[in-house]
Amino acid sequence: MSKVRDGYVRPVDFRHGRVDMTHGSGGRAMAQLIDELFVAAFDNEWLRQMNDQARFAPPPGRMVIATDSHVVSPLFFPGGDIGCLSVHGTVNDVAMSGAMPLHLAASFILEEGFPLADLKRIVESMAKAAREANVPIVTGDTKVVEKGKGDGVFITTTGVGVVPDGIDISGDRARPGDRILVNGTIGDHGVAIMSLRENLEFATTIASDTAALHGLVGAMVAAVPGIRCLRDPTRGGLATTLNELARQSGCGMMIHEKRIPVQPQVSAACEFLGLDPLYVANEGKLVAIAAAADAERLLAAMRAHPLGRQAAIIGEAIADPHHFVQMETSFGGTRIVDWLTGEQLPRIC
Amino acid sequence: MKYIDEFRDGDLARKLAAAIAAEVHPDRRYHLMEFCGGHTHAISRYGIAGLLPANVNMIHGPGCPVCVLPIGRIDNAIELAARPGLILCTYADTMRVPASKGLSLMKAKARGGDIRMIYSSADAVRIAQENPDRDVVFFAIGFETTTPPTAVAIRQAEALGLSNFSVFCNHVLTPAAIANILESKEVRELGTVPLDGFIGPAHVSTVIGSQPYEYFAEEYRRPVVIAGFEPLDVMQAILMLVRQLNEGRAEVENEFTRAVTREGNAKAKALVADVFELRRTFEWRGLGEVPYSALRIKERYRAFDAEARYAIAYTSVPDNKACECGAILRGVRKPTDCKVFGTVCTPENPIGSCMVSSEGACAAHYTYGRFRDAAVVAAPAVTATAA
Repeated sequence: MSKVRDGYVRPVDFRHGRVDMTHGSGGRAMAQLIDELFVAAFDNEWLRQMNDQARFAPPPGRMVIATDSHVVSPLFFPGGDIGCLSVHGTVNDVAMSGAMPLHLAASFILEEGFPLADLKRIVESMAKAAREANVPIVTGDTKVVEKGKGDGVFITTTGVGVVPDGIDISGDRARPGDRILVNGTIGDHGVAIMSLRENLEFATTIASDTAALHGLVGAMVAAVPGIRCLRDPTRGGLATTLNELARQSGCGMMIHEKRIPVQPQVSAACEFLGLDPLYVANEGKLVAIAAAADAERLLAAMRAHPLGRQAAIIGEAIADPHHFVQMETSFGGTRIVDWLTGEQLPRIC
Repeated sequence: MKYIDEFRDGDLARKLAAAIAAEVHPDRRYHLMEFCGGHTHAISRYGIAGLLPANVNMIHGPGCPVCVLPIGRIDNAIELAARPGLILCTYADTMRVPASKGLSLMKAKARGGDIRMIYSSADAVRIAQENPDRDVVFFAIGFETTTPPTAVAIRQAEALGLSNFSVFCNHVLTPAAIANILESKEVRELGTVPLDGFIGPAHVSTVIGSQPYEYFAEEYRRPVVIAGFEPLDVMQAILMLVRQLNEGRAEVENEFTRAVTREGNAKAKALVADVFELRRTFEWRGLGEVPYSALRIKERYRAFDAEARYAIAYTSVPDNKACECGAILRGVRKPTDCKVFGTVCTPENPIGSCMVSSEGACAAHYTYGRFRDAAVVAAPAVTATAA
């Protein structure tokens, strides 16, 4: 029987083909797409079982789970695409608890008419990112919506991981006197995306910083197990993350503009677009808060890692009943770094 | 960033601050109005107020194009956007300005209006070219800086033979607003707004030049220093104003010589004169009806005038009673004098226009400077907790 079917089914046309409604119907076309694209690219023991779920024994420690939807436009940008972004985003959300990410689940919403060649490129980028991160994509789902009801492809990923006992990293643990660190230049991802947007197109050498940060986090936790807070400043940028941490921890923050690493091209792009790099999205950056006594050791551990070479101590938590994030400007004045108002740039991740 | 960082240098700022502190007379006050929202923004963003002596007081002026637009004009734009098939193009800042019936352009867009945020008037022309079967209206606002690009768009549309493009013109004039403030009761008779000098606009002056301000310096005996929008420009202009006041001079001086001449940009002025003419009167938020303070499209370009094309009828709508935007725009009150500032009225839920644009006095103070007020309030709160 199988011999007849093998000869009968034409392989998916990844060169000229497009997503159609049958790819989400649950029938043979969907099964074929899953086989030839997703299973082939993500290939691992769980997917090969062809079940609707993946089973695994959790290692000792506390389980961590995080989920993230990705709707970035455009789908392909300098330094990455929606595929690797959807892996990095969720791996990072899990890692910010100090956990080692173990497995990912991926859910695709495809729009009718989307080129299969683009889908293949995206899925292969996801597979590469998952392999490099050593976090397999073990289960997934595919749905197709009519043309005009989606925008090419949306990807939701969910990650699970395990955090060892004794590590307690949480956004509510910053205390006055603690130091605030970042692992490198801010605003790269947002500016890379903006450089391709309709009406805004400008030439830039900036690439997205999209990266999986769990390796860096592992090195940081090994150096300073008592890290108080970790968070990746994605949408809303560094400013938003600091405001979140200040509110959760019930303290204020004082940062120093001169110490915040920003690439000159990012400053220049923000200048002529009227944006503030503090509010521009990142996809491979983290904010860490640690006790003053641990700060230099943490900084050294970060700088020793490839994703933390430009790490810097940018400020400190302070006592403030209003939970303001303030900044000493390079100019010599002081101002608030407030919550973002409205929307700086939609669909950035 | 070469040519920008030089104008934000902290060491130079400290030197200028020291020079200002050394030159002010301790026994007098210096009430200086920065006309432009761009200066208001720079003062707040770079924390300039904190670098000035206590007796140098900055008063925020009405030079924020979004802030001075009256509610009735936003209502007109929303009515346009509600027309079936019409595309309304607007600069982003106007989107969140509160209008009548709890609406704003943002809310009108969510209700199905085809409202597009654009970065330049040329984008509106392009949208009209791409949608030949739909009417496209450009909601044009702003002072003399944004007027020449609107003129270019109209001439371009004419050259392209576009019959589906028009402009809803709301361009206003800086000198008229300055004259209105100087003539106001608060300044002339009551003296409730002490006003010793002006920091003159940066970008506006690149177009109109420094000459139009000479009348104010002569007639009203108020010094004017035209300044760029970088923080060191503002500091330098304050020092120049302090010197003029100390010496009893009232002259127009130009700090922004790298971009502003006495005559301005002749080409831009000619373009504006070709396409626009003075309106007899125009309503400003805060200032009310101001004679000869705005522009309308000339008869020759009537085909591109949305007001004529759609028979737009203007109805004046009073501001929210609790809102002090009017008084704030005239310099009579400060943002913190307003009861709803930071409580009911925030950048997320603005009641008045000054809380909308980043150039608005309220938004600038809320976003960058409100910790200064909080520091005063915070003291008893801390004591209470300790007790």
